[in-house]
Amino acid sequence: MIARARPAWWLGAAVLLAVLPWVPGLQSDFGRSLLSQMGIAAIFALSYNLLLGQTGLLSFGHAVYFGLGGYVSAHFMRAINAGLPVPIALVPVAGALAGLAFGIAFGALTTRRGGTIFALISLGVGELVHATSLMLPSFFGGEEGVTASRTKAPHPLGLDFGSQLQVYYVIAAWLLVAALLMHAFMRTPVGRLCNAVRDNPERVEFIGYNPQRVRFIVFSIAAAFAGLAGGLHAINYEIVAAEALSATRSGEVLLMVYIGGVHHFMGAILGAAAITWLQVSLSDYTTAWLLYLGLLFMGIVAFVPGGLAGLVTMHLAALRTRALAAIARAYAAALPVALLASAGAITLIEIAYRRSTQPEAGTRMKLFWIPMDTAKPWPWLAAAALLAVGAAALLRLWPRVSRAWASAGEELHGRG
Amino acid sequence: MREILHRIGKFCLALAALLAAVPAAADTLKIGYIDPLSGGAASAGLNAQKHMVFFIDQINAAGGLNGQKLELLSYDNKVNPQESLIMLKKAIDEGARIIMQGNGSSVALALTDAVLKHNERNPGKEVLFFNYAAIDPALTNEKCNFWHFRFDADVDMKMAAFGDVIAKDKDIHKVYLINQDYSFGKAVAAAAHRILAAKRPDVQIVGDELHPLQKVQDFSPYVAKIKASGADTVITGNWSNDMLLLFKAGKDAGLKVNWFTYYGGGLGSVPAIGKDGVGYLKQVTEHHKNVMPTLLPEEAAFEKRFTDKSDELYYWRVRNMFHMLQAAAKKAKSNDPVKIAKALEGLRMDTPLGPSEMRADNHQYLQPLFVSTLSDKTKYDVEKSGLGFKTDEKIAAADTAMPTTCKMTRP
Amino acid sequence: MREIVAFSLLNGAVYGLLLFMLSSGLTLIFSMMGVLNFAHASVFMLGAYFSWQISRWIGFWPALVVAPLLCGLIGAAIERYGLRGVHRQGHVAEILFTFGLAYVIGELVIMGWGRNPIENRVPAVIDFAAFRVFGTSYPFYKVLMTLISVGMFTFLYLAFKRTRVGLVIQAALTHPQMVGALGHDVPRLFVLVFAIGSALAGLAGVIGGFALLTEPNMAAALGPIVFVVVVVGGLGSIPGAFVASMLIGIVQTFAVAVDYSLMDLLRTLGASVPASPFLREVVSVKLAQAAPMIPYLLLVLVLIVRPRGLMGTRET
Repeated sequence: MIARARPAWWLGAAVLLAVLPWVPGLQSDFGRSLLSQMGIAAIFALSYNLLLGQTGLLSFGHAVYFGLGGYVSAHFMRAINAGLPVPIALVPVAGALAGLAFGIAFGALTTRRGGTIFALISLGVGELVHATSLMLPSFFGGEEGVTASRTKAPHPLGLDFGSQLQVYYVIAAWLLVAALLMHAFMRTPVGRLCNAVRDNPERVEFIGYNPQRVRFIVFSIAAAFAGLAGGLHAINYEIVAAEALSATRSGEVLLMVYIGGVHHFMGAILGAAAITWLQVSLSDYTTAWLLYLGLLFMGIVAFVPGGLAGLVTMHLAALRTRALAAIARAYAAALPVALLASAGAITLIEIAYRRSTQPEAGTRMKLFWIPMDTAKPWPWLAAAALLAVGAAALLRLWPRVSRAWASAGEELHGRG
Repeated sequence: MREILHRIGKFCLALAALLAAVPAAADTLKIGYIDPLSGGAASAGLNAQKHMVFFIDQINAAGGLNGQKLELLSYDNKVNPQESLIMLKKAIDEGARIIMQGNGSSVALALTDAVLKHNERNPGKEVLFFNYAAIDPALTNEKCNFWHFRFDADVDMKMAAFGDVIAKDKDIHKVYLINQDYSFGKAVAAAAHRILAAKRPDVQIVGDELHPLQKVQDFSPYVAKIKASGADTVITGNWSNDMLLLFKAGKDAGLKVNWFTYYGGGLGSVPAIGKDGVGYLKQVTEHHKNVMPTLLPEEAAFEKRFTDKSDELYYWRVRNMFHMLQAAAKKAKSNDPVKIAKALEGLRMDTPLGPSEMRADNHQYLQPLFVSTLSDKTKYDVEKSGLGFKTDEKIAAADTAMPTTCKMTRP
Repeated sequence: MREIVAFSLLNGAVYGLLLFMLSSGLTLIFSMMGVLNFAHASVFMLGAYFSWQISRWIGFWPALVVAPLLCGLIGAAIERYGLRGVHRQGHVAEILFTFGLAYVIGELVIMGWGRNPIENRVPAVIDFAAFRVFGTSYPFYKVLMTLISVGMFTFLYLAFKRTRVGLVIQAALTHPQMVGALGHDVPRLFVLVFAIGSALAGLAGVIGGFALLTEPNMAAALGPIVFVVVVVGGLGSIPGAFVASMLIGIVQTFAVAVDYSLMDLLRTLGASVPASPFLREVVSVKLAQAAPMIPYLLLVLVLIVRPRGLMGTRET
């Protein structure tokens, strides 16, 4: 699953990261801020992928290490503000060390088993740490969190890290380093054993390795990288609060990695970018965005277990087959009806949300450039009809799509 | 294969960010409203939002500020300090020059710090922070700064108002304090200790409870403790669900104590306590529906526009905030935030309830305060419950002022 | 002192019963299918909303019957049309599916009833004090809650130990493949179990709706604790779930009444108080403040020390 990555690709990635904040449309402070957020999420997601994708460990409490790394980094930053002569760009190292320390401490107890028991323990530890953080205000700062300044520090090369652009470059640099390190880790013997433990822990025992040990090692390393992401979070926001450790954040990273695609290294990065964008921007367009996210997630779990990265890989592979024409034809037939059904569903959802959550905004609204009055029955009926017709047509046309894909699959398998 | 994925991944990053790019702003004065619009405290945030919309429309109908119309941009922060900072960046990038927030002192503390840093690092692009409900005293004392203006009386000011009432009530002997475990709740508890020691040293404080914020579902254990302590009075700063549920548990257990609350009149609280609160439930606010013999014109207009049964002009301070903004813009003859801020300092304004003033030394707004008790014989009721508040005591604006330790640097 | 003990016992028992009502269904589902159903608390929430809505149309007593039935149907649908396709992908996929479902149900509730808590007041027919203890009245609906949970427990116990279907389900709890090999329609059983579990959650929701606050966040607030109960009680054991719920309910309620901290203990023992401010803060945390932590502490301890729980019959 982890093929060799040629140095040229890493160089390409570095160039891309360097160029991104200058792309028109992303040049604003907000655009760069969005990129920074995506970068932090990408490192966090990559660290989670080590657990879920590579070792099959489903954790509901990974944010604990992100948060603890963040808090330690925030305190380190405060020490720097008070005079410690360390450049801000090195703060994430403190986060990584904190993550590693806590990963070892908690991991020793919690990685004894895998599977569902591990998932439950991680949930318990996550809630425990979150609850504790609110009880110890001297370290955790209570509800207000811990603040620090990223400019009151030594300024190497005249960089004061006040601007979002400089912060972005720090994050991008660390993203490259972290991705390189994690990628390298997966190609070490321990890394390979992780895959083995994911696929068949019993067999790993038979050949003489201890799955528990393997789980412990990967857990600690994943925690270290999560702490690194937490440190960057502290630099970017100059505040770390209890939300950084919460179950919500643990849930977020799970969504990111799964939607992006658990089986691919890049899946984590794709998922991080997509979910961050959804969270920040989709909420502008619709109040129902969390519903769409939930449905997307369920859809991926049920129908596309490979996630977005899996979809991309699938289609790229199909490009080289003769079945491509059949697939394209099937898509051409299915896509319009799918769009119809979606339009119907989205309309129903949006008008229902408008009615229940924003009654004072009135019943008139504009959707897809069509003005409508939600008090009247016709928008509801029209949307329901669209949905019904579209869904029925889609169900009839879907076998064409799956047949086309089946023949593509045969071709690819036949090639070996 | 992998390198293609790699490229696609980074490209998607770019594409996604591009799609999120925001179009250029039109020429309005944008106000960024950052408060919970979803989640546990959403009812408060959405309620305040209605008030914003109402007063902005009122100002725009009269021609705007110095000819420029106002525009409201709303952002959901879920009472989360980190989320609020993200929203702050978004608001600033979308052109907001005045930020308004109120629910949660934890958020306000993070915002005031972030606004200060932003203004220091971006001269010429300053933003102002108007705080309409976060009343941790630190915001106008040790954490004060030039860009923050608070339009609600702080914890100490409100507790002093209660102190006057408690001083006169000889039936109060044992007081139980119960608050949310964060900076605001602790400030309420500390203020209660101080005021009781100063004004009624004979009163015994029989309990000082801090419970987790917005997490407790069932307050009956706490109510059991209150009863066991023999307290005849409870002082609490609880708001939103924490207030509702405490009242509910109290009602279930038949708890009969004097309630001195900051937010006992907030959305849902009066229906939760019902008739049990008559004569017992007290609040300290800058306004309630029966503060004047008849509804004020703006109250009537608000209820005409928003007709849900719980809709009423609850945030009178938001009304004052917008009127002060109007007055300051007029005085400064400009909508530039720095000039408005300078015009606001020391600005006096007459309101239908009495004179008011924005203090220049710590940017705390002084307005009349009312201590009121729940009654079943008032002209106007709360949320169609048949119960309304009746004023016990009015404290003039100037008398609400507290000493301050604020030392701010001015541009 | 006596009053505090009496009240904490009563309140704790009632809270424990609510937890049992909520977790009995999950124990069934988890034990039988190994599915960590994150959407269980969401169905509980649906029960609360449905009962409020139905009460407004046809009254409370019919709602008490109809709402759980609706929730049962929803549970059956979730299993038949949703989870069935996901089972072959393994437990992780099942958990994730229900995880997403919890989000979706939460949003659907917002879509239907808005973001604010709804005024789900105790229905007038049961809104009176049942008895008075030490001068404090005890509401009747809490008595009703007790009756319903005891009823649930009895029903489950009898259904599993005395009926044929119950015996088959019991067997499937520990040996699903064998039961299938013997010719029973295991997928059908799954649907039945999911339906019963969800109906129980719905019934808990009817009562829980007015005992607690009915709002879209309800599920997220109670969800984690229910998992604690199921795991601590032990997989495959209804009595275990009962014992665990009561334990957690009573201990947590008692903890709130205790204002002592480790610092007080150290002082009583005459030991020295730690000098560093951070350690000092740690030991001065009052038990009352630490109460929310107790269930999770219990969860982690049990999973580390005895993963099969207090009375469980198997581990996963």
